[in-house]
Amino acid sequence: MEAVKNAVRMENITKRFGTKVVANNAVNLELHEGEILSLLGENGSGKTTLMNMLSGIYHPDEGQIYIHDKPVTISSPKDAFDNGIGMIHQHFKLVDVFTATENIILGLNEDGKLDLKKASQKVRDICNKYGFDIKPDQKIYDMSVSQKQTVEIVKVLYRGADILILDEPTAVLTPQETDKLFQIMRNMQKDGKSLIIITHKLHEVLEVSDRVAILRKGEYVGDVVTKNADQQSLTDMMVGRRVSLNIDRPAPVNPQPRLTVEHLTVYDDLGVKRLSDVSFTANSGEILGIAGVAGSGQRELLEAIAGLYPVAEGAINFYDPNVDYSDPANKPKSLVGMDPMSIRKAGVAMSFVPEDRLGMGLVGTMGMTGNMMLRSWRKGKGLFVSRKEPEALAKRIWEELEVVTPSTSFPVRRMSGGNVQKVLVGREIAQEPAVLMTAYAVRGLDINTSYTIYNLLSEQKMKGRAVIYVGEDLDVLLELCDRILVLCGGQVSGVVDARTTDKRQVGVLMTRVGGGEADE
Amino acid sequence: MNKKSLFYLAKRDALPWHKTWLIRGVAIVLALIFCSLITMLLTGLNPVQVFSTIFYGAFGTARKTWVTAQNLAILLGISLAITPAFKMRFWNIGAEGQVLIGCLACAACMITLEGKVSSGLMVVISLAASLLAGAVWGFLPAFFKANWETNETLFTLMMNYIATQLAAYFIIVWEVPKGSGKIGIINQSSEAGWLPVIGGQKYLLLILVVAVLTGLMFIYLQYSKHGYEIAVVGESHRTASYAGIKVNRVIIRTMVLSGAICGLVGFLLVSGTEHTLTTTLVGGRGFTAVMVSWLAKFNPIGMIFTSLLLVFLQRGATEISSVFGLNHSFADILTGIILFFIIGSDFFTNYEIHYQRSGKEGK
Repeated sequence: MEAVKNAVRMENITKRFGTKVVANNAVNLELHEGEILSLLGENGSGKTTLMNMLSGIYHPDEGQIYIHDKPVTISSPKDAFDNGIGMIHQHFKLVDVFTATENIILGLNEDGKLDLKKASQKVRDICNKYGFDIKPDQKIYDMSVSQKQTVEIVKVLYRGADILILDEPTAVLTPQETDKLFQIMRNMQKDGKSLIIITHKLHEVLEVSDRVAILRKGEYVGDVVTKNADQQSLTDMMVGRRVSLNIDRPAPVNPQPRLTVEHLTVYDDLGVKRLSDVSFTANSGEILGIAGVAGSGQRELLEAIAGLYPVAEGAINFYDPNVDYSDPANKPKSLVGMDPMSIRKAGVAMSFVPEDRLGMGLVGTMGMTGNMMLRSWRKGKGLFVSRKEPEALAKRIWEELEVVTPSTSFPVRRMSGGNVQKVLVGREIAQEPAVLMTAYAVRGLDINTSYTIYNLLSEQKMKGRAVIYVGEDLDVLLELCDRILVLCGGQVSGVVDARTTDKRQVGVLMTRVGGGEADE
Repeated sequence: MNKKSLFYLAKRDALPWHKTWLIRGVAIVLALIFCSLITMLLTGLNPVQVFSTIFYGAFGTARKTWVTAQNLAILLGISLAITPAFKMRFWNIGAEGQVLIGCLACAACMITLEGKVSSGLMVVISLAASLLAGAVWGFLPAFFKANWETNETLFTLMMNYIATQLAAYFIIVWEVPKGSGKIGIINQSSEAGWLPVIGGQKYLLLILVVAVLTGLMFIYLQYSKHGYEIAVVGESHRTASYAGIKVNRVIIRTMVLSGAICGLVGFLLVSGTEHTLTTTLVGGRGFTAVMVSWLAKFNPIGMIFTSLLLVFLQRGATEISSVFGLNHSFADILTGIILFFIIGSDFFTNYEIHYQRSGKEGK
């Protein structure tokens, strides 16, 4: 067999942001021709930065890039295209009111008259060749997330890219759509394209790639041939030491209803229905997972319960753990129509870890103490706030959850993502809630902190609290939760037992109910 | 082959306050050196002489010092007024109008109630009227912002023009003598409605009022529940709602407070200092106050120093233009240079400059 040829070789690439942040430090990376390479690393390990230097968004401070063994300077996305490099970003860059074809040819400065028909035909040819299912004349706003992603891929193929970089392409896809994407990636590989997939999901790495390159804290750790690797060995390389990947899931003890939601329907500002006839019960001593494609109504559901989203129809009832509901005289508290303050004043012990940590759960410019006060600022005497209790609580969380911060007054905005989340989760748990709601509690966190959070949630469950866990990683949902409620297009498409179900079944439910953004 | 620049910039972590002030101090010294050079080149005068005249203009005599203190009090008062709104990230640039409408309310009471009530009662009524007028001028933009998301910057700016036109109208209504287009000194003989003189010093009471206000505002922002609410709302409306803060109520309440304090300053200006009403009574200080507040990072105690600096420069500038027969523009040039350096120094408090050695060879 002839020696491998490199499609891309990056040599001693260093990229700094400011003085303190070294996003990439002397990284060497090779992409062989015709292979699928996984670029694996935790959040913040510099994967995207490295790839952005290939696609011309950043320019390396030091180092040299070779494309097909020729040294090149890539100082703009156009240079990247000229070198046959195309990147599919995590956040799509498409014009919603244009058709697929219009988006694809947008910015292409071809000579002569604009010939949309010819362009459409070329798009169709590319689709047929690799098995994409998009219609060239369909508008972007009519497309599902997966179709939009397809348009992005076709866009770079149309421009003649033979090196494709996909940045976390599966983050927004259902398991079925992921399978389809992987099939397409293999088709492209057969056609001689070289592909890099950026990801932090291990099973995907194992499934699709030929080789894995691993980054840790901006440094290149090494590469392994995929068939010689397994989840544990990859994790250890990624984290730098041995990590236990087990989530403890004790059986629920004496589950009692804590929160019931019945026929909940909400509309957004524009009058679009976001939740439709949603009903479920959250029990004490149980973690109820909520799964669904991004934007299926998870945020609206939690915010409606927390009193932050207007409820159009339906009932939300809270059952106080200290009240005996076998006595028919005791009725649960209805939360519909209440705002967060009145909910708290009514004595409803409910905590909420929102998705947008610094934009909703915390005040970025304040320190830990100031942020503890978000829950207790009204308690001070008269006109003044009391800092003593929040300060004590901040100190406790600082110690117990090992938050890395110089002081309790250090702005939380400048802490790392994991520490920010510890502050938020720590505060919410300290409220001793009967119901604890969390939205994407581990998004963007390193593996260690993620497992800290999983354990904290299991602990809460064992204390008899009702935990609601909105998550995106199906593997975690299946391992952590007791039951999983699946949302699709604002409707409940099923509630399954997490111990007996599997990813396929949940995946099917995620796209089952028609409408919304799901596939037809 | 990679382009390598000689230096690059990096955002600093927050500096301790004394370092910030050190950088500012250096900036002022540099500004003074630069001003000296400009002075020598343009006028041929001895810069030391010019600077001592600036100082003399501000603090040369007891009278000058009192006037400086009065100017300081007014500017500081307006700066204190806008600070809660700015901390809430409500860009109120309507202090000019809010103060002027306070002036107008005060003057209206003094003119229409003359001879009808005692001077003491008149002071109380005009104070109440000024507070109310300022509060209304603060309430309107906040109400529209809270309910319909209007742009507060444009709204408050336009409210300035309304205030100016109203003042212009009433100046004609009340002009003395008829046809002069001016009001002149109100109640000159009776001194009815004039702020009482204490300790034999005309401006002492006014200065004390602002001093107390400074302390109160510091405590309000730092330790009160309202202050906490303002800080959270300023950071994120969503976080505020999440914490159970009623965002709209806080916006309106804070702007009413902000406007009312502006109204108070308007009252102090008319009843305590000027005893007349002109459309230029506030003289742009509603805008200068924005700079005072920003430079002090919304800290009321720091604002004492920033407003002092600006007032000192203005007073001194006026002095040199008369003593040396220089055009007033020259004074403006010097003020401009000094402000440029001070505001420019903010860059160095926020960023560090790192020089790169031309170390490793590219490939």
